[in-house]
Amino acid sequence: MDSSIASILLLDGVTNGAIYALLGLATVLVFTVTRIIFIPQGEFVAYGALTLAMLQTGKVPGTVWLLLCLALLACVMEFVERWRHLGDINRALKAGLKTLAFPLLIALLSIWAAPQQFPLWVQAALSVAIVTAFGPLVYRVAYQSLEAATPLVLLIVSVGVHFAMTGLGLLFFGAEGFRNPSFWDERFALGPVALSGQTVIIFVVSLALIVLMWLYFEKSLRGKALRATAVNRTGARLMGISTHASGQLTFLLAALIGALSGLLIGPTTTVFYDSGFLIGLKGFVAAVIAGLSSYPGALVGALFVGIVEAFGAFWASAFKEVIVFTLVLPILLVRSLRSGHSDEEH
Amino acid sequence: MQLKKTLLALAITAVSSTAALADIKVGVSLSLTGPGSGLGIPMQKQLQLFPKTIAGEKVELTILDDASDPGKAAANARRFVTEDKVDVIFGANLTPTSAAITPIAFDAKTAQVSGAPVPPQAEKESIIFRLPQGFKVMSHAVVEHMKKQGVKTVGFLGYADGYGQGWLVNMKPMLEASGMKLVGEERFARADTSVTPQALKLNAANPDAILVVASGSGAAMPQLALAERGYKGKIYQTHAAATPDLTRVGGKTVEGTFVVSGPALLGDQLPDNHPSKKQALNFVANFEKANGANTRNQFAGHAYDFQVAMEKIIPMALKKAKPGTPEFRMAIRDSLETMGRTVFAHGVMNWTAADHEGYTLETGVMTKVVDGKFKVE
Repeated sequence: MDSSIASILLLDGVTNGAIYALLGLATVLVFTVTRIIFIPQGEFVAYGALTLAMLQTGKVPGTVWLLLCLALLACVMEFVERWRHLGDINRALKAGLKTLAFPLLIALLSIWAAPQQFPLWVQAALSVAIVTAFGPLVYRVAYQSLEAATPLVLLIVSVGVHFAMTGLGLLFFGAEGFRNPSFWDERFALGPVALSGQTVIIFVVSLALIVLMWLYFEKSLRGKALRATAVNRTGARLMGISTHASGQLTFLLAALIGALSGLLIGPTTTVFYDSGFLIGLKGFVAAVIAGLSSYPGALVGALFVGIVEAFGAFWASAFKEVIVFTLVLPILLVRSLRSGHSDEEH
Repeated sequence: MQLKKTLLALAITAVSSTAALADIKVGVSLSLTGPGSGLGIPMQKQLQLFPKTIAGEKVELTILDDASDPGKAAANARRFVTEDKVDVIFGANLTPTSAAITPIAFDAKTAQVSGAPVPPQAEKESIIFRLPQGFKVMSHAVVEHMKKQGVKTVGFLGYADGYGQGWLVNMKPMLEASGMKLVGEERFARADTSVTPQALKLNAANPDAILVVASGSGAAMPQLALAERGYKGKIYQTHAAATPDLTRVGGKTVEGTFVVSGPALLGDQLPDNHPSKKQALNFVANFEKANGANTRNQFAGHAYDFQVAMEKIIPMALKKAKPGTPEFRMAIRDSLETMGRTVFAHGVMNWTAADHEGYTLETGVMTKVVDGKFKVE
């Protein structure tokens, strides 16, 4: 191995690492606020990339119909719960329709826009909107009534949601994979390394998202409310922060990050309906390296996973995944030896 | 009066039951729903063209859906052997569902003809006959073509699963025997986000040709990565990649790729001296007459080959025993093993006691991607 091969591998590793970093951050975010280990994070990646691929062919993506079904279900659940809680049918109806409004709008927009063959960036924005709308609905339908359950119960629900989303992905997108067109075809020569426009986009967007998230949590009231929920749920509730709203907002952010990640990797690899799981799992490994609690830790962990993966694939491609996932064991061991039992709840 | 009626009823029952006994019964279990339905439905469409009689005997097909589920496939097979008492089972179209049928077929001593490349079944191997081409015949076609092209060094870039492994272990000795050298063995998975490291390493070894072992749209990604790294040599793909998905995802980059394929879908493109030309043309013509132009499909081809086999062996088995008896079931199994060289749409079949994959080395056809289409070399 010479320096040029090493630098190409490094670039490849950091590019993938940037995606894992985004997913790792989303995993940390969801866990700290809701104590859910969100396994289906990767499914949003596949949904994002494949929704764009479907829009490219001029068809209405199956995710739109799923969005409508899920929104209706969430609407009914919200209505029934409010009605039983408040006993006021008008207010309950209003709450239900509020849940339905945004997804319905997105769905109608997609159905209208799909056959129009809009430019790539419009379709990309639409894909992000469709997949982002899934976030709060998934929380409403699968998790909201279990908010007080133990992390183990929530983990089991996550496994169920993962299987449901993968299965529905197969139904909507089919068994074959898609590769999206590149957003920017420019190429830059950097010594021995050829940097593609898409790689540059991946870096810029990842960095921008990380900065935006930092600003959101440090400066905005809602971001601070999420942080408060993460620190102490009961305390946050006593201060008038709704845990329902926090959970839904968290999932909105997680779905947004997932959808964007999907758009970012769509042009560099062939995405299948089940591709998301492994990508999400690597983001999860990055989050575990950070102890599911530190954002900078997740970022470092993700870059580490990406680089190990690239060099592992070069030296022993048959054992690539084995190398990546085995690395978690010593890290978990060190963490558990160092931190004792203080973080049982998190 | 009462006695007369009873006698009449008895007589009718007797007549109808002997008639039922005389029918040849075929139990078919296919995935008509679920993830495997893309394979099962074309097979079912071909079976609708199955002849009503063979050698003067009525043939009755019972087609059941296994929902791509091995448990359901096993339940179907159990129904076939206990209730329907079929003479032969055709199914299934997926490896797990087919493997679920094999032990039941074995216990009932009823031959199973499978539309999936099921791995060897140890002592139960005697009951299962496979229709898809195995690794050996396809590897042979690839190695022969490489030899003709003057290839000296070969790189391998394949799935890190059974399909990749099957190709690797079959290719290796053949390459050595032909004086070619395997200079790189790299593996990847369908869901990988990047194959760049593997492509880098193979490119550094710079072999004359690289064999990519992957399926459908997953086969395009490694080739794009190789092109990205500036690999200029020949690229070979396997028959699992011989679908329009390769060119849909790969676009211009896969132009000039050599793809090995079975002959069934190539029909009119085959050279006149290819043994399967007639059967392949016949299959495509009849299938497309019933289902519309350009609906030809390799899985429907396997169902067609099942029909070809049955038309040859049923007269053989009828000489030995009466349909509906255990002897007839045994005769069907034995005839499959002794039917000898038989030309299928998918190649030339010759099942023997030692080889239940059976295709002869004439089977594989090399094609080249030209303008997004597969052209016979």
